[in-house]
Amino acid sequence: MGQMRFERLGLPVLAFAIFLGGWSLAASRVQTPIGALPGPGQVLSAARGLVEEHLAERARERAFALRMDDEREAALALGTPFRERHYAGRPTYFDQIATSLKTVFMGFLLASLVGVPLGIACGSSPALYTALNPLIQIFRPVSPLAWLPLVMILVSALYTSDEPLFEKSFVSSAITVALCSLWPTLVSTAQGVASIDRDHLNVARVLRLPWHVKVRKIVVPSALPWICSGLRLSLGVGWMVLIAAEMLAQNPGLGKFIWDMFQNGSSETLSQIVVAVFTIGGIGFLLDRSMLALQRALGRDAHAV
Amino acid sequence: MQRSKFALGAALALVANAALGAERLEKDELQLGFIKLTDCAPLVMAKELGYFDDEGLSVRLEAQANWKILLDRVVAGELDGAHMLAGQPIGATIGIGTRAHVVTALSLDLNGNAITVSNDIWRRMKLADPKLAQPKPPHPIRADALRPIVEEWKANGAPLRMAMVFPVSTHNYELRYWLAAGGIHPGLYTNGDSTGTSGADVLLSVTPPPQMPPTLAQGTIQGYSVGEPWNQQAVFKGVGVPVVTDYEIWRNNPEKVFGVTAEWAAKHPETHIALVKALIRAGKWLDASLENRQQAVGVLARPEYVGADAEVIANSMTGTFEYEKGDRRELPDFNVFFRYHATFPYYSSAVWFLTQMRRWGQISEPKSDAWYDETARSVYKPEVWREAAKRLQAEGRLAASEIPDTNGYAPADTGFIDGIAYDGRTPNAYLRTLAIGQRD
Repeated sequence: MGQMRFERLGLPVLAFAIFLGGWSLAASRVQTPIGALPGPGQVLSAARGLVEEHLAERARERAFALRMDDEREAALALGTPFRERHYAGRPTYFDQIATSLKTVFMGFLLASLVGVPLGIACGSSPALYTALNPLIQIFRPVSPLAWLPLVMILVSALYTSDEPLFEKSFVSSAITVALCSLWPTLVSTAQGVASIDRDHLNVARVLRLPWHVKVRKIVVPSALPWICSGLRLSLGVGWMVLIAAEMLAQNPGLGKFIWDMFQNGSSETLSQIVVAVFTIGGIGFLLDRSMLALQRALGRDAHAV
Repeated sequence: MQRSKFALGAALALVANAALGAERLEKDELQLGFIKLTDCAPLVMAKELGYFDDEGLSVRLEAQANWKILLDRVVAGELDGAHMLAGQPIGATIGIGTRAHVVTALSLDLNGNAITVSNDIWRRMKLADPKLAQPKPPHPIRADALRPIVEEWKANGAPLRMAMVFPVSTHNYELRYWLAAGGIHPGLYTNGDSTGTSGADVLLSVTPPPQMPPTLAQGTIQGYSVGEPWNQQAVFKGVGVPVVTDYEIWRNNPEKVFGVTAEWAAKHPETHIALVKALIRAGKWLDASLENRQQAVGVLARPEYVGADAEVIANSMTGTFEYEKGDRRELPDFNVFFRYHATFPYYSSAVWFLTQMRRWGQISEPKSDAWYDETARSVYKPEVWREAAKRLQAEGRLAASEIPDTNGYAPADTGFIDGIAYDGRTPNAYLRTLAIGQRD
């Protein structure tokens, strides 16, 4: 029992401690043109700085709202016209995390909406799969940095409206995420559907089930574990791709944060980038865990049916 | 309750002021773009000092990744306006790169750039020219001192590489002017060569400003032409030596402008005037005292603005400039935001950039003097500046002497490093006086 606990908890903690120690040792020795590599302590204080900044910005926002209230009252008292203005603050680190999450889910949603149905179609029809396979193989390895300029130009040419629902930078980033994270879902779904037990499909044929009922009652439940593992891979790819897309598309998320800090080139730059690296890793880990939990929950359901 | 009563009085006064102008505004929530350079200061200070608020504007400032993205986002309407290179509205309007009719009614600053070379090139320059080897070498340093090194590298088959920030940037034209004045050919843009390196002794390429010091340190380039704080950064981090400032290349040269699309300007005339008013006030504040400059340095050093360390920004923003480490000199006019009518958009400034675009082949055909004048008038909008200045004067915020008495052309200028005079009214005659490059 004690042995087990040590292996499950003690070993990771020990490894982490060794990592921190090695990092601290290395940090003081590596000199860059913008200062020494930050150690764990500096990174922690940079993280604290980002939290304080967030709180200060929120306080300013509240003060602005109070001022607006006063101006409204004053305008009412004077009978002058009043125009409500929104607070023109800047996005804080936490706003940037929220933007990144929104963007990755938007891209993931787009990818799933295309990947799952297309995967089911490919899995059900070997002819279609054979036809599309070369395209899938060609587009799958394309880097987000290759898609992005193309997507940006297309989005700014095609996505025009006077009151746009989303910022163009958001749309470009989300589409780039979708283009890169589409493939695992598509391929995995197709494989899952193709490997459904023949007997199940024969039952559907004997019962003369209409195709949509067949998909809903037989294909999706049987292929669900495959679809889920494809989605999980897709979300992971999407999160990785997103940071690169945001750097160039000016979507105000974590990628832009890193790029802005890099451009600052100040003595704070390195520790802030390391904070972002840990944040990205941590969120990526949580996303993966939640997909895994979802997969397990659905997997049980699928077996229960 | 207590707070409310007290604040109510203040707000009453505010509203009474703002209501006069604010109701005329076509748009009051704006998003403006900037690049992380110290000369974004008027935009930053107009926001931080509440000058935008005074005009009833709520302005969000957003740092952009590079000049190309900044311009594209203004053209696409994602940004209402932006801190731009003076050459950008002109280049866009005549179709160099992104084609779009972009205009400007305000010049943001004068000077503020410098040319930095790597430590190795500086060492070779000192070997080649003993005058430079003393602790405080005589200035300005001309490109003649660089010529033997350029020739040596060229003979070895690996020509010197230098970076500037954008094909239509002031930095490109200043670097080219400095090299050409020292007898070094910076290369021509031709129909088949959009990199501008045809016939070049030195290969010029584009690098975004903040990446200049790291690129120089990596040895990819041997020198660069850029705005602050990136030259002082090179001194500070010990990766290079600024050899000449643009103030020495062309005294009080126009630098950045505030650009919007012609369509935006037509749709939002009152908002445009309100923005220009706030920015003129910010320029005046920046030039009013050394204390103001120091305060601005503190604000610019914040990570959401320029973000470089305050001491690096202060080096050039407070009237001094550090060349070689320890060689700090007084340069009171290195950054000018208001003096010498710095905010006024002179047609002659636009024409100078056009002559350089022709000189280096970005404009492929010779043009008439009348064409230069018409093009300048379609991009530069001093009438908007005048309206803004008139209102500021009525509000008691601008003196009559601060409004230039001009038909839009500044008098002939002789403040160039090679002493050649420039008169914006006769661009073709001017081109013929320049030795290297297209001369008609």
